[in-house]
Amino acid sequence: MVVDSLAQKYRADFAVLDQRVHGVPLIYLDNAASTQHPNCVIDEISRYYHEDHANVHRGIHKLSSRATQLYEEARSRIARYIGAPSADSIVFTRGTTEGINLVATAWGNEHIQRDDVILITEMEHHANLIPWQMLARRNGAFLEYLAVTGDEGEIDWSQLETRLRTRPVKILAFTHISNSLGCINPVAEICRVARAAGVTTLVDAAQSTGHAPINVQELGCDFLVFSGHKCCGPTGIGVLYGVPSLLEEMSPYQFGGEMISRVTYESAEWKSGPHRFEAGTPHIAGVIGLATALDYLERIGRTAIQENDHYLGRLAYDRLSSLPGIRLLGPRGERAGLVSFQLNTIHAHDLVTYADQHGIALRGGHHCNQPLMRKLGLQATARASFYFYNTEDEIDRLTEVLQSAVQYFGT
Amino acid sequence: MEFDELYQTIVLDHSKRPRNFGELPPPAVKAEGYNPSCGDEITVFVRRTVDDVIEDIHFTGQACAICMASTSLMTGQVKGKTSVAALELQRFFIDFLTKEITPPATLGNLRALGGVKKFPQRLRCATLGWHALESALTQK
Repeated sequence: MVVDSLAQKYRADFAVLDQRVHGVPLIYLDNAASTQHPNCVIDEISRYYHEDHANVHRGIHKLSSRATQLYEEARSRIARYIGAPSADSIVFTRGTTEGINLVATAWGNEHIQRDDVILITEMEHHANLIPWQMLARRNGAFLEYLAVTGDEGEIDWSQLETRLRTRPVKILAFTHISNSLGCINPVAEICRVARAAGVTTLVDAAQSTGHAPINVQELGCDFLVFSGHKCCGPTGIGVLYGVPSLLEEMSPYQFGGEMISRVTYESAEWKSGPHRFEAGTPHIAGVIGLATALDYLERIGRTAIQENDHYLGRLAYDRLSSLPGIRLLGPRGERAGLVSFQLNTIHAHDLVTYADQHGIALRGGHHCNQPLMRKLGLQATARASFYFYNTEDEIDRLTEVLQSAVQYFGT
Repeated sequence: MEFDELYQTIVLDHSKRPRNFGELPPPAVKAEGYNPSCGDEITVFVRRTVDDVIEDIHFTGQACAICMASTSLMTGQVKGKTSVAALELQRFFIDFLTKEITPPATLGNLRALGGVKKFPQRLRCATLGWHALESALTQK
């Protein structure tokens, strides 16, 4: 089985997984919130601080030049990882949220006019919703949604072409993999339709970059954003990919050191390329850690990770569907490695506390999808999300524990 | 086990069969409590006499077992008290959950929620209904 072979091979790289909580072995199933770090990432960050740290791009001295080289090499490695045409198309951010805010501000302020339409979907994370809500309010534009249908939570993408033709849509921002439903949107097909209609696209790849092969040129998107900590990298670092010509015409997002070329008391000129969007000293160790994490994933093989994810997601969906009174969200067919559910009448917070007592880390809540949960008639759900270090045994244990929760809380 | 301390029998009982559940018509005042981390909402309805005694109190909402039980037990405890005494009880209750103190006898069966002390991330669940009560009693 492909699944346990990945776990058997790589689980030992994650020291944090080898521990007990509440006296029982930890089963970490909260990977959609944050993945864990392999030793190589932790070691490289530690090595950098022990040996190479200094500020980047400004020092003449040896350490500064080493740090700058590592930082810029990391940019190139990350560009290669997502198939970007050049390192200049990679902007470092604090994470997915900041990447979207950057585009909604720097691109949005200039391109979105009164009565334009910003199109997103009903399944977007708050991070890919509120920045557009605010932009629409600032510029007098309309924020419109592609509807999600039923518990399966799928979007009828065939309506997209008509929608783009009949409404003055300027940007389409959507998630690759839904963090609450687990459905996988056909990014390349969507971007092809949008590009043909002259609509700019932004892909929220927070849930997919560490889980599937991503090639921004094959996908044909204009912007793509992700976070380091959802693909074995550190928190506080993320990436905005932008088509170079688009980035080049955008004004800066924040102002300060590192992003300027010439400054007088009266005015300033900006650097070109991604540095224009990286005001202040960046998260150097985060960038180096992220590149190390992505190299690690590449060694495992992203296709293998993706197959593994789909297998675990499918398995969990099937096992859990046998539980009495369970309502599973998301598609019955192909799905990503996560399952959200409401079990009986048990509130998600009670269920997550119960699972935690049995060593299982789940997420409970609205998953930053309040409007979607409301639409589905739910307040909160529990979510189990997997990564290549999870095993079939862990899914069996999850099923047993949820079964016993039904008895504990009764009906 | 800490877990069974959290979900004591009385807590499970009140969560499954909440007391004083339902709306009260005007002139009862109502106020909402909202927990942004899970989307839980509780609405508390309070009818007071001219002497500011809580004559009747009800609540509605959908929430976790801790929140439902805490709010249900709260309604039983504050009925017949003045607003001032009810707000004082709220302070005792929150102190009981957040500080190392011997629970005052006035807490009565609210002491069943003492298990929350070991689960600080569930504190907001236990106090949601109380914050709604506070809003209802202090609104102009």
